[in-house]
Amino acid sequence: MSKGTEQQTDRSNGKVIKKLVLVVFAMFGFGFALVPLYDVFCDITGLNGKTNDVAVAYKNDGIDTTRTVKVQFITRMAKGIPWQFEPVINEILVHPGEVKFVNFYAKNKSKRDIIGKAVPSVSPGIAGGYFQKIECFCFTHQPLKAGEEVEMGLQFYVDIDLPSEINTLTLSYTLYEISAKVDS
Amino acid sequence: MTTETINESLDDAHNDDHHDHKMTGIKRWLYTTNHKDIGTLYLWFSFIMLLTGGALAMVIRAELFQPGLQIVEPDFFNQLTTVHGLIMVFGAIMPAFTGFANWMLPMMIGAPDMALPRMNNWSFWILPFAFAILLGSFFMESGAPNFGWTFYAPLSTTYSNGSTAFFVFAVHIMGISSIMGAINIVVTIMNLRAPGMTYMKMPLFVWTFFITAYLLIAVMPVLAGVVTMLLTDTYFGTSFFDAAGGGDPVMFQHIFWFFGHPEVYIMILPAFGIVSTIIPAFSRKKLFGYSSMVYATSSIALLSFIVWAHHMFTTGMPLFGELFFMYCTMLIAVPTGVKVFNWVATMWRGSLTFETPMLFSIAFVILFTIGGFSGLMLALTPVDFQYHDTYFVVAHFHYVLVTGSLFSIYAGAYFWLPKWTGHMYNESLAKWHFWCSLISVNLLFFPMHFLGLAGMPRRIPDYALQFADFNKWVSIGGFAFGLSQLIFLAVVIKCIKGGKKAPAKPWDGAEGLEWTVASPAPYHTFSTPPKID
Repeated sequence: MSKGTEQQTDRSNGKVIKKLVLVVFAMFGFGFALVPLYDVFCDITGLNGKTNDVAVAYKNDGIDTTRTVKVQFITRMAKGIPWQFEPVINEILVHPGEVKFVNFYAKNKSKRDIIGKAVPSVSPGIAGGYFQKIECFCFTHQPLKAGEEVEMGLQFYVDIDLPSEINTLTLSYTLYEISAKVDS
Repeated sequence: MTTETINESLDDAHNDDHHDHKMTGIKRWLYTTNHKDIGTLYLWFSFIMLLTGGALAMVIRAELFQPGLQIVEPDFFNQLTTVHGLIMVFGAIMPAFTGFANWMLPMMIGAPDMALPRMNNWSFWILPFAFAILLGSFFMESGAPNFGWTFYAPLSTTYSNGSTAFFVFAVHIMGISSIMGAINIVVTIMNLRAPGMTYMKMPLFVWTFFITAYLLIAVMPVLAGVVTMLLTDTYFGTSFFDAAGGGDPVMFQHIFWFFGHPEVYIMILPAFGIVSTIIPAFSRKKLFGYSSMVYATSSIALLSFIVWAHHMFTTGMPLFGELFFMYCTMLIAVPTGVKVFNWVATMWRGSLTFETPMLFSIAFVILFTIGGFSGLMLALTPVDFQYHDTYFVVAHFHYVLVTGSLFSIYAGAYFWLPKWTGHMYNESLAKWHFWCSLISVNLLFFPMHFLGLAGMPRRIPDYALQFADFNKWVSIGGFAFGLSQLIFLAVVIKCIKGGKKAPAKPWDGAEGLEWTVASPAPYHTFSTPPKID
């Protein structure tokens, strides 16, 4: 092989390598880009049962008194948080478009101050986009002193456009301890 | 390192093209940039990993021999299944294929070596460190990773036993190694083909490795990304997968399987290439439908990017998503079917002989198809709810990975052993290896289908009494299969030490440039490229 052709091969090797390394970095970035993309996708399609995390204003499209939807409330404590946390009422009947107010009870049963955060999720997932919270304790953190108890409010309505096949919604709150994350 | 040795190695690299001179002892292997040496290293490494992962599987099967907890604690059992999976995927199957690529690709396309020989050396030599870290974690206080080879968050973050960092760094190194290997393969195939060898004249073996390398380059960085997120979630307070901080654990599964599904094709496409080389050789016919094979392989590779969520049917996806991923998955059966029919058509009216490489290839076609069919069953969303996370899944992926990928590796090893060692292997011992493996592997994996359909979950150290009989048979099959692999070791060692002298082309139906060079293949081949018409 003459010197000339050898150099040529080397150059084109370099070009191919550069392109491939670029693809490697692009795909590494793509993995991370999936994180915001996933959120946007779920936000638009309302697929994963996530609800609004900032308050919405009540949109008065009238109340559909011909339909009654049952809204159930359940709560769950993530591992390791020593709180009592439960809905004051377990379920409520609402007409789509009608504003309701319910309370959740929380008590810090430990001897230390703890900051908790409740993360909501609606089932069936597709209904997440139709469950509108006007006011919710889940928009912020709940700092509770040792032994402190509190009733926390949730004001919501079910969108009048809720698909007709959905007659029952379940709103589930999972309570996490985030003291360490808030401190830092 | 002394100046003398540096000079020596520089000198050696400089002279590489002209002399058959090589360093001796350990230095030959540590410093080598020769594709044949590196191929050999990869193949031995993967075989050692196969035996290591196999040893873990033996403990798993011993524990499952009868109901109740006999030998290991449940937590250690989880470590065994996790490390078994990781070692077999990243340590046994993938390096074995890279070994084949290193040994055979340059000889098949008429190139003197891989395009990037020094990087080639590096991509092999970082691998042992990755597995030292992974296996070393067994001896740490925390124990080895116990969250399954799929390392779902939050099992691997919030509930980690402390092994996550070892795991993440090991996977990073394996990923870097695979990416470098893949870049090398692509550059070699693009730039070093002999004059006249157009893309559509390349052996199908070369095509499958070419496509696989692209898959690796596309998805290994995503794996690197997802393990990095795990690392920061576990140790640096980020919340990619932590709902409390606004993350989403289900997103972990999406990102992981976006890597994971192409990964399973990374482990089977090279097998298609090997089998497509061997079946024509022992049928004494040309491969039926060469170009349809190329297109089928490419379409499988492309489809692999849009089917990932069929691993997640039970996570509560909306109906549209389930239908989309179900239909896309079933679409893959079409190009796969093209391949299976082409292999059968190649054998049709051929002058068949049944040497060991052919036996393993035929077993591959039949048993891989069984694995493909159980895959189709799993692709059906409604029934997947029943099969999900049961032994049915275990049966499925062991049929495609053991009787699929591993059998193709054995087929290829027997096929090219004469070229590698210059000796014929002992045919009757090899046939013993084949028949023992064939019978025991089916005893091992076939009853798992029934266990799964009856409801036995995977990854459990203990099970309900009604599963006892099948599990006993499965364990016996497992021990027999494990022991049978030692026959292969014996065949290889015997073949290296001696045996009947192999001619340049020991198989009369074989085609390809690798058979035009002497056996054993000289240290340097095709220093001047051959001419292809």
